[in-house]
Amino acid sequence: MDIMFYIFSTIILVFSVLTVTSRKILRAATYLLFVLIATAGLYFLLNYQFIAAIQLTLYAGGIVVLIIFSILLTSHISQSFEPVGKLKTIASGLASVAGALLTLTVLLEHEFTASTKPPVDVNMESIGLSLLSYERDGFVLPFEVISVLLLAAMIGAIVIAKKSEEKVTNQENNKSL
Amino acid sequence: MPFDIYDFSSFTGWIDASLRAAMSPFWTIFTEFVLLGVAFLAFYAVVGLLLVYAERRVCAFMQCRVGPNRVGPWGLFQTVADLIKLLFKELIHIKKADKILFNLAPFIVIIASFFALAAIPFAKGLHAVDLNIGLFYVMAVSSVGVVGILLAGWSSNSKYSLIGAMRSGAQIISYELSVGLSLLVIVVLAGTLQLSEIVELQRDGWFLFKGHLPAVIAFIIFLIASTAEINRGPFDLAEAESELTAGFHTEYSGIKFAFFFLAEYMNMFIVASIAATVFLGGWMPLHIGSWDGFNHIMDYIPPFVWYAGKTAVIIYIIMLFKWTFPRLRIDQLLTLEWKYLLPINLFNILLMAFLVLMGWHF
Repeated sequence: MDIMFYIFSTIILVFSVLTVTSRKILRAATYLLFVLIATAGLYFLLNYQFIAAIQLTLYAGGIVVLIIFSILLTSHISQSFEPVGKLKTIASGLASVAGALLTLTVLLEHEFTASTKPPVDVNMESIGLSLLSYERDGFVLPFEVISVLLLAAMIGAIVIAKKSEEKVTNQENNKSL
Repeated sequence: MPFDIYDFSSFTGWIDASLRAAMSPFWTIFTEFVLLGVAFLAFYAVVGLLLVYAERRVCAFMQCRVGPNRVGPWGLFQTVADLIKLLFKELIHIKKADKILFNLAPFIVIIASFFALAAIPFAKGLHAVDLNIGLFYVMAVSSVGVVGILLAGWSSNSKYSLIGAMRSGAQIISYELSVGLSLLVIVVLAGTLQLSEIVELQRDGWFLFKGHLPAVIAFIIFLIASTAEINRGPFDLAEAESELTAGFHTEYSGIKFAFFFLAEYMNMFIVASIAATVFLGGWMPLHIGSWDGFNHIMDYIPPFVWYAGKTAVIIYIIMLFKWTFPRLRIDQLLTLEWKYLLPINLFNILLMAFLVLMGWHF
């Protein structure tokens, strides 16, 4: 099944580069979608189906759709970004090469040893139990903290979206005038 | 060649074994992929054509007409003729469209529906991938299809398309929630996401009956929400012929239009299959508790007939919706979802969890 790994990696690499080099914003978003779906494919290859489906719903189906939706609202088809200046191209190229070198050296220096433990069966039940367990290796605290964070974000969004009383009455007055 | 219409696993196992005997493991897997792909493509085309025909007949029935009746017996070849016409039609170039995205969009829509088709159990042993998280997987991949619709609307560079795409985006994002939550009610009852296991658990009765009231509520909500999710009437604001010409696919012609058309019908088929599998037991015959004689007679009908029958009934219901109710306005649509379906759904899950905890289900 090595061949699938190479196919997915090629898709990820090619479309990642295209995402940052494309001058049309919606094309960039679409390329990003391909990168995210190919990543989900890698997870499927690892037999980690739960995280793959999460990747598909959350990133491909959720975040990319929201990005595309906001692009639809704000930009017109004729808009495209200015080509980047030479200095910027060279500087960002150097930065990415340096980053790649750093990662590669760390990866190649590190000696990976295959685990001898038997593979853990990742079913939904064990994920759910450990997510809500407060014992060792339980995740109930992060789970609750994240839910509070999400609640705060939701309230914030509602407050921003909700018109204040004054404005609404003003607008109504304007209309009646 | 072992062939048993009651259990396909021996047949698929025989194909696998004979391929393995003939070639190396790599080529075995490769050939199986190709075979599966061809089988699904053929299935896709046949089901698409049948559904278009069925839609026209149902529509005619609701409007006291006869419907297609000239080409072939009972007009059965009408849709084939239509398809051939569509294949030969000119592909009109849109000069000011975003070429790449314009051409890509129909494929995204169609590939997303292919993804979902892979996880559906058609009969015993006739199941392409039986994922551990099958139901979740289907929900996950069906949310990708909307990207194609949004891209189609934007890249056509037409105001009708853009408005259609915006509407369908808002609609699908909100109704996805209700589809997911109503399926979750059954997941709470079943305790598993694996589709084969969900079918197996309905051996002694369908979940629609086993789950009492919450399951019935979930079934109704699922029907409403999934009709909205596949952009069909009365929720077809994204197309709304009378206001937007054809909505997001206004600028598409020929085979590219056919892709959207086919994907819409396939999505309906997928939604109906999921409803049949989750609520009505999929390919499992109708079994009632301990009526052994009755259950035995029901077992004589092959599983795929059960599956096809249940799916057809749900497709018929969804088609009746379209030809019965007037189209909703966008604000009515969003009010229905956020103010009615969502609260009912959340309460319903609580009710089901309570039932399961108390052990009041069958």
